[in-house]
Amino acid sequence: MTRTTDDVVARNVTHSYGGGMYLMKTFRPGGRHGLSSRETRDPIGLAVAAVNRLAQSELIDRLGLRKKTEQAVFATTRNGFRVATAVGRTFARAGSRGTGERPASATSPGIFDLTPTEDEQLLVDVVGELAAEMVRPAASAADAACAAPVELLEAAQEIGLPGLGVPESLGGIMEERSAMAGTLVAEALAHGDMGIAVAALAPGAVATAIGLWGTEAQQQTYLPAFTGTDVPAAALTLSEPSVLFDPFTPATTAVRDGDGFVLDGMKSAVVRGAEAELFVIGAVLDGTPALFLVESGTEGLEVEADPSMGLRAAALTRLHLTGVRVGQDALLGDTDGTAYAECVRLSRLAWCALAVGTGQAVLDYVKDYVNERQAFGEPISHRQSVAFMVADIAIELQAMRLVTWKAASRAARGADFAREVGLARQLCTERGMRIGLDGVQLLGGHGFVKEHPVERWYRDLRAVGVMEGVVMV
Amino acid sequence: MINLETPRKHAALVDQAHQLAMNMLRPISRKYDRAEHEYPRELDMLAALIDGVSETGATGGAGAGGVRRDDVAQDSGRVRNGANLASVLSVAEMCWGDTALLLSMPRQGLGNSAIASVANEEQLERYKGTWAAMAITEPGVGSDSAGITTTAVKDGDEYVINGEKIYVTSGDRADSVVVWATLDKELGRAAIKSFLVRKDNPGLKVERLEHKLGIRASDTAAITFTDCRVRAEDLLGSAEIDTRSGFAGAMATFDNTRPLVAAMAVGCARAALDLTRDLLEQAGVVIDYDRPAQVQSAAAAKFIQLEADWEGAKLLMMQAAWMADNRLPNSLEASMAKAKAGRVGSDVTLSCVQLCGTLGYSETELLEKWSRDSKILDIFEGTQQIQQLIVARRLLGLTSAELK
Repeated sequence: MTRTTDDVVARNVTHSYGGGMYLMKTFRPGGRHGLSSRETRDPIGLAVAAVNRLAQSELIDRLGLRKKTEQAVFATTRNGFRVATAVGRTFARAGSRGTGERPASATSPGIFDLTPTEDEQLLVDVVGELAAEMVRPAASAADAACAAPVELLEAAQEIGLPGLGVPESLGGIMEERSAMAGTLVAEALAHGDMGIAVAALAPGAVATAIGLWGTEAQQQTYLPAFTGTDVPAAALTLSEPSVLFDPFTPATTAVRDGDGFVLDGMKSAVVRGAEAELFVIGAVLDGTPALFLVESGTEGLEVEADPSMGLRAAALTRLHLTGVRVGQDALLGDTDGTAYAECVRLSRLAWCALAVGTGQAVLDYVKDYVNERQAFGEPISHRQSVAFMVADIAIELQAMRLVTWKAASRAARGADFAREVGLARQLCTERGMRIGLDGVQLLGGHGFVKEHPVERWYRDLRAVGVMEGVVMV
Repeated sequence: MINLETPRKHAALVDQAHQLAMNMLRPISRKYDRAEHEYPRELDMLAALIDGVSETGATGGAGAGGVRRDDVAQDSGRVRNGANLASVLSVAEMCWGDTALLLSMPRQGLGNSAIASVANEEQLERYKGTWAAMAITEPGVGSDSAGITTTAVKDGDEYVINGEKIYVTSGDRADSVVVWATLDKELGRAAIKSFLVRKDNPGLKVERLEHKLGIRASDTAAITFTDCRVRAEDLLGSAEIDTRSGFAGAMATFDNTRPLVAAMAVGCARAALDLTRDLLEQAGVVIDYDRPAQVQSAAAAKFIQLEADWEGAKLLMMQAAWMADNRLPNSLEASMAKAKAGRVGSDVTLSCVQLCGTLGYSETELLEKWSRDSKILDIFEGTQQIQQLIVARRLLGLTSAELK
């Protein structure tokens, strides 16, 4: 972040008062302030809009009426502010272009079973403890600050989460394909807080992708950083800010140029984009979506804060790519769309797991609340209309969990899981949001204020059906 | 190790049930929907076939039997896929064929499940081969089964039963009836016991058969008991009135039968999904699990929603059965499975009719029939609301006095 707050204010002012033509243009409704382009302003409306614009001007700042604190968080909480990406470390090139190591698929004895393996349970216990003792207490402040506490990201690193999807032979922690372990971990971590979980799991998504599809060179160049003690921020970026976005037809393009590629476009939901040192970017190459590794600091990359409804601890940003030139070795995985499709699915799986963890947080919270809260001389849980909502949360949550687990276990075994993850995403999006909605409703007015976490879970759960990329198991 | 597929050891059974359903039940499905109260003779042969399969000991039976939690020592910590999973999976397949015909399967009555769940060894042996219906509901008592008024009075080494029962599935065709009656109304639910009454008992009379919305191939009887005498040994389970364990004995049956009813809903709904998918695809609708639902056709998006809920219901059903196989207490999970499957059964079958228009509404296809059949599955063995009550009480730690 090089630009100061004053620069930004100055820029905004220039834009707003650059001339009469501009003024008229900005007063045209549609596309701004949530107005549809069908709206028209009559003279009174225009006058009101002009007064309102004046009220927002720098005059107020000069008079010292605006709080300094509001400006302090400007960079991460306000959009429209672009900076170059971080100047990251130099990843030392190593290895050949041959096929990299691949994690082995898990093998099942063919028994229906809902018991995690010993290794998985151990991991879940550790992560669950972290979620309960560190993540949950930090969640509210992280949401307000639009940043995850550094010590939490370090704690996730210490447990080895970034290396969870990396083959053991490359310094990772699991012997076999870890989609199931990753799912259980995401669920446990999101029970603490979804936003912090996303921030903590984001580097692992990039490492897992390199572990699954990287060449020997890509693995040896990048993975040591993710399995070491100083794990870089990194972001798997597939989303774009357009209506009806379909990850299989991104607008971002990759064009062959000499022995490399040139990338152009805009990505959204980029976790900690300002700090990230490595991006995996989805772009269309020769009509088929593919993945590209781009290091921060590459010319043509710009990052812009993109604070959203929820997941605020994940410090979401947009990434602008303008003629970004990368070498031949930037291509991650194949060009026939296979790796890309698997990436989309594994990412959705992680979002499902996050929804299940957050849904469980809602259930646990409202269970206690409705038993304690008194109305008409008894706990409100004694009323069917309240109790049945709690029952339905539990029923739908368990259905979400089982469908998610089924998809995850299939992925871990190397079986086709497109159908299962599609169904899990549908369920976790719709039923998960319902859980968020009912969580707030059960607390009534208390659910609407930030004294209780349910309003945050409500905002976070909306992300599940919207997000592509970001996390991956 | 987490794995939610059909167990490898049950795969053959499930295939077999599917073939039976396709080749024996589907061809007569519409016939007996129209000819309500007519006995489906074809089932006698099917029952013989199923008995043959069961004799091999490889399965838990293809019908609503075999839900007993046997006392065989648990093999050291190993995860078991046993009779309960086998039963729900095969029942789902059979109901994919026809729910009403599954309910009419000789010797596979709900009473058989009750016997399997609560009878002692001697009774199990004595009742072997019987076809037992289940009689709980009374004209004035439905969901509140603790309030039943049918009485059983000890007289020497006999009990004398008096009362009226309705909605007895297979009440006409079965050769015995498991009747719920109270030994002492003053002692409440603890005094409710079940008795096996043979149909040739002179005190038992089938009064009439109901005309129904769906599952019309299954006979539903009203039965009266007038000074109906049974031997004391025909009281299932313990004769003691234990006010502490209360209703638990009788209610234990439900932990085993509710996953089975969930299985019926899962099977019936799957039939509607399979056909609807086929019809939609013939009409050019593409269902893509990868592309976001909102960029697909509304029909495809709706279908994916239905299938997702269905998958959830199926896995809840498998979970409840798996827990029973592994001797884990599963009352909560059994009710969760039935609640979800019951409402999903209705949503799926009714939505499939809507997706298919008058083609779905007409008797040309079976979609309208499945929409009628599915409704009862959200009612019998505990309505949706009763399941929600059970789930809520358990989750919130509330008694039935606190959460009414």
